[in-house]
This record gives sequence, structure tokens and C-alpha cells, in this order.
Amino acid sequence: MTAHLLIVLPIVIPFAVGIVTLLLRKKPQWQQWINLVGMVSLMAVAIQLLYVVHTQGIQATTLGDWPAPFGITFVADHLAAIMVLSGALMGVAVSIFGLGDMDKRRVAYGFYPFMNLLIGGVVGAYLTGDLFNLYVWFEVLLIASFVLMALGNTREQLTANIKYVAINLVSSLFFLGGVGLIYGITGSLNMAEVATLLAEIDSPALITTISMLFIVSFGIKSAIFPLYFWLPASYHTPPPTIIALFAGLLTKVGVYALIRVFTLFFTYDVGYTHTILLWVAGFTMVSGVLGAAVQNDFRRVLSFHIVSQIGYMIMGLALFTPVALVGAIFYIVHNQLAKTNLFLISGVANRLEGTFTLKKLGGLYAVYPGLAILFVISSFALAGFPPLTGFWGKLVLAIGALETQEYIILAVALAVGMMTMFSMAKIWMYGFMPGTESNREAGSTDEHTLLGLGNGTATEPYVKSVWVMYLPVVFIAALIVFVSVFFGTVYDVTEQAAIELLDPSLYIDAVLD
Amino acid sequence: MEILLSFVVGGLFAASVYLILRRNLVRLVIGIILLSNAVNLLIFTMGRMTRGEPGFIPVGEEFPPELIANPLSQALILTAIVIGFGLLAFTLVLVYRMNKEGRLVDSDALRAEEIDPSVYN
Repeated sequence: MTAHLLIVLPIVIPFAVGIVTLLLRKKPQWQQWINLVGMVSLMAVAIQLLYVVHTQGIQATTLGDWPAPFGITFVADHLAAIMVLSGALMGVAVSIFGLGDMDKRRVAYGFYPFMNLLIGGVVGAYLTGDLFNLYVWFEVLLIASFVLMALGNTREQLTANIKYVAINLVSSLFFLGGVGLIYGITGSLNMAEVATLLAEIDSPALITTISMLFIVSFGIKSAIFPLYFWLPASYHTPPPTIIALFAGLLTKVGVYALIRVFTLFFTYDVGYTHTILLWVAGFTMVSGVLGAAVQNDFRRVLSFHIVSQIGYMIMGLALFTPVALVGAIFYIVHNQLAKTNLFLISGVANRLEGTFTLKKLGGLYAVYPGLAILFVISSFALAGFPPLTGFWGKLVLAIGALETQEYIILAVALAVGMMTMFSMAKIWMYGFMPGTESNREAGSTDEHTLLGLGNGTATEPYVKSVWVMYLPVVFIAALIVFVSVFFGTVYDVTEQAAIELLDPSLYIDAVLD
Repeated sequence: MEILLSFVVGGLFAASVYLILRRNLVRLVIGIILLSNAVNLLIFTMGRMTRGEPGFIPVGEEFPPELIANPLSQALILTAIVIGFGLLAFTLVLVYRMNKEGRLVDSDALRAEEIDPSVYN
């Protein structure tokens, strides 16, 4: 397989599957299996892509054989390849989980086509080497996520969706404005060429202004400190399958874009821009984890934790040393695994008990010890217990902070780790240990599962066995353990990514030569 | 010409921010429309303005004349307009549904919907 095809395939596969499943509207059973085949082949291609990038260096292709700065370029460096692979893994896990979680009505309204469009958009955003093209991919994944967020049309989903839609439209327009200004001062949209041209322009004030537009825009998408309020206001409403997908992919695309532009374009005045990012990172961690402390619903607690974990990734970017960037990239992967798995576990708990409210869940440990063990693995990984992934991520970030003598952010990061443990312990105490308000005997269902959905078979999934929901949870838990045990290998790969990010000439040469 | 358009863009930005910060969702949607038009005009201005210089190569010449209209910024805006139109259609349907769902077109009403009852009991 040629490298050119290999770069484009991860985008083509989800779109092809999306179109095929759309054509098979009347055959939802077929859709499920075609989608699963598509996700597994996406994963296979992503593994191959990462292997090729790791052995042969950065791969780039320009569509239609146009010469590099003129056509639309796609670039796969280590960062992009790693993100594509971890995104594909999440796609596989969520697809299996969806078999047992998505109700027939939502499948009939096009869950599978839109899920594939979302993943296609995300992968496109990772691989593109053209600024305007990046905007287009963002819009592709946004419109798919708008539909998924509203899918099912419950009242709480609609009210959540309007906030999500409004803030994300504004953020995209800020991004487009930034793209327009960059085009105005450089006359190019190819990211590699823009990077070379920006380095030659001697007007720091103008470039800093543009960089602030990018911080605001990608900051909204990745939910950083003053801009994250849409996330906890909307992420608790859709079904767990959709929210696990969002948690694994959406905010991480924002972080990816931040890392990309703040390593490639805006590096001439690191002392200013990256100091802002460092403050933002600290506040993001603290405010997210404090927000989680007051919540009492499984999904709401986890939603606030997405925010707090984003802070660690931004911290790695802001410190801007090789070690810290390794920490940031590793943290993205770790967070995708741990967070998606926790949302999937909340879905299993909801399926078993019919509620997301922690106090009503009480006592899961006694009845479902297997689920409790899976929760412990994922939540310990999230909180950073050795030897799981979160510990390695925090360790690398802490070394990065020590090297640059940023002791305040180091203290904040470690304290927030402890408070994450507090939230996880809260879920454990209320949800898994024997509770006083358990409704197990009464057998009643919470309003979340009844709300807005019709009666009868339309609310049931196609596969009724709960084991199909356990399978992806076990799969991701195994991945967490695998990444933790083979951390040395994973570190080597992410280190390559950091080296490429800190030396933009590698990226630029791969595209323009 | 660029100076004049810059002021127009600035005015559109100001108006759209004002509308987006209003309580009513319909105004929010109009604000987003204005914002997207402002950004499109910004890109157009950034592509530099020419007047009456179509991008043609005269018959018998091999290269275009020195001054021609920039086709790239026009292509970018065209794409952005189409994307913005699709997103706008979705947003309008969403606001319509919210209105039917019980007049949820006011941001205070939306805020009230957000509170988790289980926190307070």
C-alpha cells in the first residue's frame, strides 16, 4: 500500500461507511455490522499508518498531484497518527457498546451514519495540512455532533443542544476569522508554508492578536477554563454511547488543534502566549475538579472531569519542553481511554439499574463485582495511581514542570490529582458500596430512561444481552493495562511526536519538498 | 476601499456580539448570521480588493495581467457561505423545536432546565 493511499484511507473509510449506512436506512441490522466492519478496518489502517510514520518519518500527500503549497495537503506525523489510532480504538469500542445501548428508534433516525461522519470529520481534522481545510473538517464533525446530541429529541437533549450549537458556531467563526487574517498577512493557507512565512514577518503584535483568536476558538472546542461552561451543561443528556464517543473525540480535537498551531505557527513569542496557556491550564484543572465535587449524577461528575483533565494536556503544551509535550500527548491518549471507559461504565450501570443518580445506584459492588473491578481500573487510571496510565502521564508532566521550574503548576497538578481521587471515591461510595437509598428492590426507573422515549420495543436495543456492553469496557480496561505495562514503548513513540512538534522544519520539509 | 470595508466588518462584529448576548434565542440566531457575514467579509478584504479586474488571461497572452481579482478568497467565502447556510438551517429548526417544546426560547428558561434535581435532595 502506498503512503499516499494510506494517509487518505482513514478519512475515506468512515465516509464510505457513512454513505452506505445512510443508503441502508431501512435495514438497521445491516447498518450495525457494516459500521463495526468499517471501524475495525479503520483501526487496522490506523495501526499501519502509525507503523509507517514511525519507521519512515512524516508522510505527506497533496491531492490530485498538485504541487505542495497549492493543493490541499494531508500530513501524517507522529501526533496525527497517534490521534487517528486512539480515535479509531474508541470508535471500535463505542460501536460494540452501541449494539447493546442504542435504542431502535435512535438507530432508525440515523445514529450510525452520523457517528461515521463524526469520526470521518475528526480524522480529517487530524490529518489535514491546510488551514481552511481544517475549518471544513471542524464543521463536518460539528454538524454530525449537533445531530447526535439532539438524536432522540428529548426535552433535556434539546435544551442542552442549543447551548452546544450556539457556542460552537461562534467558536468556528472565530477560527475562520483567524484563518482569514493569517491568509491576509501570509497569502497562504498551507500550514507548512504559513509556518515558514509567519517566521519571516516582523510584526509580533499582529501575530499575537491572531494567536489569541485561535486560543479562544480552539479553547471553546477543547473546553478550557473560562470557556468550558457549555460542556457540563450539555454532556449529561444524550445516551452513554454518544457521550462516550464525544468524550473520547471532540474535546481532544480542540486540544490537538491547539497543540498544532502553538507548535507550528505561534512559537516566536513563547514567553507571552504559552504563559497565558499555563495560567489557563491551572485554572482549568482546578475549576473542573471543584465543579465535579458538587455533582451527584454519574455523567455530570464525569463531564466536569473532562474539563479538569483538559488542563493537564494544556499544561504540557504550555511548558513547551520535549518532556512536557510527551506528557501532553500521552495524557490525551490516556484520557481518551480512561474517560471513554468511565462513560461506558456509567452506561452499563444505567442499563443494570435504570439510573445515573449515584445515591440511587448504591450497592453495585455486591451485585456486580466485575463491573466494580472495571470501574476501579478506569478510575484509578484517571486519578493517577501507579502503575496505571494516569500515573505515567502525571509523572512525565511533573518532570516537565520541574525541569522548567514551574513549581506552582506542579503543585496545582498534583493537588488536582488528589481531588480527582476524591470524586472517584464519591462515585465508589455512593454508587458501588451499599447505599441507604438504593431502589433495587422497588425496581423503579429513573426519569432519564423514560423521558421522551416512546413505549414498547422502540426504546430497546437490538442486542439485549448486557455482555455486549461489558465487552468494550473490558477491551478498553485491557488497553489501559497494556499501555501502562508497555509504557516504555509508548513513551518512545510519543517522544518522536514531541521531537517533531518542537522542530517544525521536519514537518515543513516533509510537506514542501 | 479596504479601510471602508474594515469599518463595515467591525460594525457587523459589534452588532452580532450585541445580539448574541441578548436573552432571546431568535436574536442569538440573527447574531450568528451577522457574525458569519462579518467573517466572510473579513476574508474577502484580506484577499485584497480590486475593482473591475476579472481574472482572465487575454486571448493570445500566456500570463494573466498584473492586476486581477483574487479568485482564492472568493472560493473560500463561497465554501464558508454554504457551510454556514447548512448550520444555520439546523439551528433554526432547533430553535423552532425548542419553541414547540414549551416556549424555551429565553435563556432564563434554559438555565432553569439545567439544574440537577438530585443535587438538592
